[in-house]
Amino acid sequence: MRAARLFKTYALAYLVFLYAPIILLPVFAFNDATIIAFPLKGITLKWFEAMFGNPTLALAVRNSLTIAVSASILATCLGIFTARAVTRYNFPAKGGIAGLIVLPLVLPEIIVAVSLLAVLLGLGINLSIWTVILGHVLICTPYTVAILNSAFASLDRSLEEAAIDLGEGRWSTFRLIILPLVAPGIVSSLLISFTISLDEFIIAFFLAGTQPTLPVYIFSQFRFPASVPVIMALGTILVVLSIILLTIAEYFRRRGIAKSGGKDTGGFL
Amino acid sequence: MGKAGVMHRLGRSEAANGLALIAPPAIYACLLLAAPLGLLFLYSFLTDGYLTILWEFTFQNYIDAWTDPQVRQLMLRSLWVAMSVTLATVLLAFPVAYFVSFHLRPDRKSLWLFLITIPFWTSYLIRVFLWKVILDYGGVLNSFLLGIGIVDEPVRWFMNSPTAVVITLAHAYAPFAILPIFVALEKIDRSLLEAGQDLGESGLRTFWRVTLPLAMPGVVAAVLIVFIPTIGDYVTPQLVGGTEGRMVANLIYLQYMRLDNFPAGSAIAVSAMFMVTAISLIFIWLNRRFLKVGK
Repeated sequence: MRAARLFKTYALAYLVFLYAPIILLPVFAFNDATIIAFPLKGITLKWFEAMFGNPTLALAVRNSLTIAVSASILATCLGIFTARAVTRYNFPAKGGIAGLIVLPLVLPEIIVAVSLLAVLLGLGINLSIWTVILGHVLICTPYTVAILNSAFASLDRSLEEAAIDLGEGRWSTFRLIILPLVAPGIVSSLLISFTISLDEFIIAFFLAGTQPTLPVYIFSQFRFPASVPVIMALGTILVVLSIILLTIAEYFRRRGIAKSGGKDTGGFL
Repeated sequence: MGKAGVMHRLGRSEAANGLALIAPPAIYACLLLAAPLGLLFLYSFLTDGYLTILWEFTFQNYIDAWTDPQVRQLMLRSLWVAMSVTLATVLLAFPVAYFVSFHLRPDRKSLWLFLITIPFWTSYLIRVFLWKVILDYGGVLNSFLLGIGIVDEPVRWFMNSPTAVVITLAHAYAPFAILPIFVALEKIDRSLLEAGQDLGESGLRTFWRVTLPLAMPGVVAAVLIVFIPTIGDYVTPQLVGGTEGRMVANLIYLQYMRLDNFPAGSAIAVSAMFMVTAISLIFIWLNRRFLKVGK
């Protein structure tokens, strides 16, 4: 069919557009020239070496990892509360409350950043990685709710009722029956919020004070052309890492759906 | 009835269980989202004293924001850029979503969606910077066009222009447009399309009269989820926009972090949010009307 072939060609061209910038990343990371442009000058590993000997970068990585681990755990906990409440119970103002919790998904990040900044400075709180964690939990929670909602929604309620009929309490039912069934969703939610937090720039830029996170460090380096190749090397490693993380998250998400007998609708969002 | 009795009865009611469960995230969102947004709104009506905020109620920040020609130009440009990005992203994304939903075997769909979402999860900053590498005066695109002889000298307007901002943002928000449209297309009952064709409609007319109206909820979601965040984007105009591509977020940053004028920054932020909300509501309303007429 001609139409089918046309669509396929278009979709492939679109994938090329999507991947065009990322394909350039390793090209310039291994290129033996300070200027990021064609023609290429030869292969080198010196940008990777420079990267590993950089103390500011090491500090930024440590800050970012601290923030991402804390924010992903906290956001996933809040996501579990929200998803469980929304899928299991009916209560007043359900839509409004859930809407407020997922609001950051459709709010420009700069609005979240400046309003938090205004409150924190107004309360006299010093900016540090802890204030970044507060902001990241806020923007990661909607994603965890989206992932966990589908994990909780595919639960069969009769399993839970059977456990209660057999004499288990509410908490032990949750721990023994529900938690294992939604565990893959929890893992996937942890990984996704970790990835979001690690990559988030605007909130960290406004709320980190003098403690740089990885994206804030990267942004500051763009002003110095000489340090850009190192950033290309760093970017290559980040891309490889996030593809690995996402593949694991996708694996758990699919296993979760298969485990609870749901149908795969595809995608994270 | 004693207090314990009330608590006991509440403990058993479904509403109380639900509310108790959702309380932690709801309180978090109230303290760190609703309250800060309220404060932002309040600040926009207060007076800036150097490094402090004076509790004097005023509309001056809004008058300044809406009468200063530079601020107005930035607001209008942000709107125009966000609309162009939305139009480009949704138009480019629709055929891809259609292809994945209608032309692929079910077991291949997840793989394609995964491929589409991967670039979105890789460092946003570095992706934007790479567009700078591609679009720059001596960049990849210009080298390519010179190499195959389409242009005689490098094209300047690729970079440091609103065009650069639109291209970069259309790339960044691609999955946000594809996924909602895909979900809407997946829900369409395929037998409706067959019925249309059996009744003698051409493929194109079936698409126009059946597929597109049914896919509209996805398109509306895609439009909103692209339009609303793009208007507040800071990184892309800063890195590839140049002075001609500055947008409202750059101005908010300037007021807050460089000039330390929180009330003026808040007034601009609230104005921008107000515009976004108004346009989104008008869009939703128009769309409802359009679909009703269609029926």
